[in-house]
Amino acid sequence: MDDAVAVRDLVVDRGGRRVLHGISCAVPRGRVTGLLGPSGSGKTTLMRAVVGVQTVGAGTVAVLGRPAGSAELRRRVGYLTQAPSVYADLTVRENARYFAVLQGRGRADADRAVTDVGLASAADQLVGSLSGGQRSRASLACVLVGEPELVVLDEPTVGQDPVLRADLWARFHAMAAAGTTLLVSSHVMDEAARCDRLLLIREGRLVADDTPAAIRAATGVDDLEEAFLRLIRDGEREAGS
Amino acid sequence: MTGRILAATTARILRQLRHDRRTVALLVVVPSVLLALVYFMYVDQPTPPGGPSTFDRVALIMLGFFPFIIMFLVTSIAMLRERTSGTLERLLTTPLGKLDLLFGYGIAFGLAGVAQSSVASLVAYLVFGLDTAGSPWLVVLIAGVNAVLAVALGLFCSAFARTEFQAVQFMPVVVAPQLLLCGLFVPRGQMAGWLQAVSDALPLSYAVEALQEVGAHPEPTGTMWRDIAIVAGAALAALVLAAATLRRRSG
Repeated sequence: MDDAVAVRDLVVDRGGRRVLHGISCAVPRGRVTGLLGPSGSGKTTLMRAVVGVQTVGAGTVAVLGRPAGSAELRRRVGYLTQAPSVYADLTVRENARYFAVLQGRGRADADRAVTDVGLASAADQLVGSLSGGQRSRASLACVLVGEPELVVLDEPTVGQDPVLRADLWARFHAMAAAGTTLLVSSHVMDEAARCDRLLLIREGRLVADDTPAAIRAATGVDDLEEAFLRLIRDGEREAGS
Repeated sequence: MTGRILAATTARILRQLRHDRRTVALLVVVPSVLLALVYFMYVDQPTPPGGPSTFDRVALIMLGFFPFIIMFLVTSIAMLRERTSGTLERLLTTPLGKLDLLFGYGIAFGLAGVAQSSVASLVAYLVFGLDTAGSPWLVVLIAGVNAVLAVALGLFCSAFARTEFQAVQFMPVVVAPQLLLCGLFVPRGQMAGWLQAVSDALPLSYAVEALQEVGAHPEPTGTMWRDIAIVAGAALAALVLAAATLRRRSG
């Protein structure tokens, strides 16, 4: 089957600086694809381009067979911003219910999404009174409530305790098994191993686009952080020679 | 724009307001306290011959002002928060239409303005004996239209502010000239020609004229309806401008 996201020669400038230097990559359907890279490497910009909120300099981004940002995609794509974008002066449940209506869902869907992210016991608390990790899960609930076909998550596991982080990754894989496509960014390399496929990006350029197993095999090391380092050094040596 | 999303957005904005009890209390109480101040300022002043008492004249216009000033501020800050917290960007990735959001704010804070001016009018008429030839309902109607105008201007202006500090600075820029030139301090007919021309271009001047019509005539006049239509038209124009500032894509 064709890819959920196809990016071709994507160039993005932000604030007079080139952030993405002609990236081409693909996100396969029904898989968890990890977008890995250090802070400032262009992960968020690439995700914003996929969601269609980023002004693009050159290149194309196709999402579920349409140009990114098409009106029709707004029902089919869910986007979790890096900073939790929920209303601090509403409760978790009120937030989820509002975003449920926007996606044409009902109250039951909202309550289920809140339970799914482990916030059932905090459902009636104001988001402003939650911890950072809880707040980011409240934001996640507002994405999942619409059961989008493509879920774009910008660092969803930052600040979560290890048990919850494992739960969230299990949930992502369950969603993928049910046919949802996930694009998940992280700057923590130990999360790379949890993905079906990896996009490694550094300084606005794609360093690798493969499965974790293939990356390990190609570099001859087991640790993905180490593998990432080797790929970067090899790339620099090539550029230098 | 869809009915369901518009209704949910309006309800969401009102719910946010409801969670902020202190703001609600301030919205309701402050105008009455200020009316009391104005009442005691003018209580011993002689009534000018052939016209309304000074309190009647000033209080009537103040009833139109409160929702204008307050709703402008509240909306600018609320919309700025949507922009800075990322909720606006998120909303624009959902099926929500720009007009769902803008009209949601217009309706929610318009209702808040009506509630505020209803309480203030009740106090003005019953406690301080405000006397108008026309119906108090018309005063509340004009105050409500003023509130919607203020919301529309606030939504538009918030696009030009990056911080709360900047957003608050737009209050004197947008509100003060309209307040000075609306005819409260110097009757518009006695202003220099160029000032009158500026005053003619400011929507609040028409709201004040409409209120003065209610003060002077027992029945609604054609001038009053025309003025209300102008204020409503200005509100609609500001909403359209505000829609133009909402971009789904940004740099």
